[in-house]
Amino acid sequence: MVLIYIDHADNQIKKATQEAISYGAAIAKLLNCSAEALILGAVEDDLTELGKLGAQKVHQLKNESLNTFDAKVHSNLIATAAKSLGATVVIFAHNINGKALAPAVAVKLSAGIVTGACRLPSLQDGFEVTKTVFSGKAFASIKIESPIKVIAINQNSFGVHPYENTALVQSIDLPIPPASIKVTNINKVKGEIPLTEASLVVSGGRGLRGPENWGILLDLAKALGAATACSRPVSDSDWRPHHEHVGQTGIQIAPDLYIAIGISGAIQHLAGVNRSKTIVVINKDSEAPFFKAADYGVIGDAFEVVPALTAAILKMKHNQ
Amino acid sequence: MNILVCISKTPDTTAKIAFTEGNTKFDENGVQWIINPYDEWYSLVRAIEIKEKDPSTQIHLITVGGVEVEPILRKALALGGDEAIRVHLNSNDSNEIAEQIAFIVKQGSYDLILTGKETIDYNSSCIGSMLSALLDLPFVSLANHLELNGNTATLIREIEGGEETNEVQLPMVVSCQKGMAEQRIPNMRGIMAARTKPLKIVEPTPTTPLTQIKEFNLPPTKTGVKLIAPDQMDELVRLLKEEAKVI
Ligand SMILES: Cc1cc2nc3c(=O)[nH]c(=O)nc-3n(C[C@H](O)[C@H](O)[C@H](O)COP(=O)(O)OP(=O)(O)OC[C@H]3O[C@@H](n4cnc5c(N)ncnc54)[C@H](O)[C@@H]3O)c2cc1C
Repeated sequence: MVLIYIDHADNQIKKATQEAISYGAAIAKLLNCSAEALILGAVEDDLTELGKLGAQKVHQLKNESLNTFDAKVHSNLIATAAKSLGATVVIFAHNINGKALAPAVAVKLSAGIVTGACRLPSLQDGFEVTKTVFSGKAFASIKIESPIKVIAINQNSFGVHPYENTALVQSIDLPIPPASIKVTNINKVKGEIPLTEASLVVSGGRGLRGPENWGILLDLAKALGAATACSRPVSDSDWRPHHEHVGQTGIQIAPDLYIAIGISGAIQHLAGVNRSKTIVVINKDSEAPFFKAADYGVIGDAFEVVPALTAAILKMKHNQ
Repeated sequence: MNILVCISKTPDTTAKIAFTEGNTKFDENGVQWIINPYDEWYSLVRAIEIKEKDPSTQIHLITVGGVEVEPILRKALALGGDEAIRVHLNSNDSNEIAEQIAFIVKQGSYDLILTGKETIDYNSSCIGSMLSALLDLPFVSLANHLELNGNTATLIREIEGGEETNEVQLPMVVSCQKGMAEQRIPNMRGIMAARTKPLKIVEPTPTTPLTQIKEFNLPPTKTGVKLIAPDQMDELVRLLKEEAKVI
């Protein structure tokens, strides 16, 4: 059986988890077994609907205390549930909580693990999973040799695929270990699209010259419904917050569309974004290395091009 | 306070990414090794800052790797580590590496174990989480802030679209990322002192890898950029909608 861990916050299942369920369901099909999901805590979403993503069953440990994330408690419960349900493959999203949980669960199940997976496993010669390495500059195909396997799937790499199921929701009863972490504060920026979950990203570099000029970029992001990102020197100079820094030493992302404004395209920057499906580069220097990694390029002054692009997008949306 | 900082070597960020032996091995020819930036800039420097406030703190460094790691361990000692341990094993399997570190941890007494968020070569983000499971310790990942008050750690960790503050009793494991501290350059005194600081080499405990790298591949290169004139933004929008189908 393939068991998929459901990550949630604010009463809602995270987008990365929807993709993980689809991915787990596809693996279950390859292995000719069932795809089942596990949720710790409670959400407002209708869990039977997870059938539409490919889950046949949803096991729920419905205890309010589990809505607070505690890596030690959660990994213990997931491993115990995986054992008692007889899971042979356990799937996580390779998102913030998935990174905290999947390796610990692998240890508890004596399972080999591949994190950052980006394709379905190949079963031709054992069980091989392809993952991104060198921050997106290459792929590695890794054979998992243990009976139980743990995989954490990169966000935006598999997509969500529709099924015609209704999932059967069952409660699961496990003793809850004592909390190891006290959450004293949660601070969320309202209305902001989380960068790692975004399918559209607008990103700015030193070419924008200073934080006071970010308005044109924010307007474009708003018109598109995109998340915002930046290059390392921009966040190092505190023009933008650290969590927007993408690249080899920042966040690695793979949105459908990445628009780079006034970013030269240094190798360390490209490493974090080159898996984006479509890359648009706006730069006034026709020699900027980023153009070599781009699908569409505009050679021009960002202060003129970006407002014009925003206007064109608003016009297109208006005409729809 | 005893802090254990896990150190990994990685190729320099500008290193050419190429493979040998039928695409099964990373080509180390001419590669310059550096301390994994997350380990150096964030975990190690934060440990040094803690020691600057409380000089009784001891900073222990650990790495699992061959003799080629020693220059970067010396650099970590020059930055401010007190002693280093190298477990003499070359492995690409996170499980095995975590087991080696856990084995050493169990022989000592550490209040705080720090790792970087991930290495910039394998990007696995596994060791911290695995150590917490092997040692049955609390774990906070992707922390960008860590304060100690006696035996209580206050941490801020990243969550989707924001941050969360956690309070945890030591001992614990933390994976560190940007915001935690600022990169430092070792000074002459540090470099001199590092030469005589202890660097202990220990033989590995028996472990078996659970995974094996079968093949590396490079992504396909882009076929070429399509240039759009700055006054043709309606055309760019049309291409994004009809050709690329991303908006
Ligand atoms: C170990 C290490 C790790 C690193 N990790 C990262 C990382 O994770 N992420 C990262 O981004 N960087 C990283 N870097 C830094 C990287 O090498 C580059 O220095 C950085 O990406 C450059 O940022 P930038 O493109 O914003 O600035 P610049 O390189 O200064 O480029 C600015 C660009 O803006 C253009 N421009 C100027 N004015 C205009 C205008 N009016 N209109 C349009 N275009 C304009 C210029 O032509 C230029 O191409 C790392 C470096 C090292 C050594």
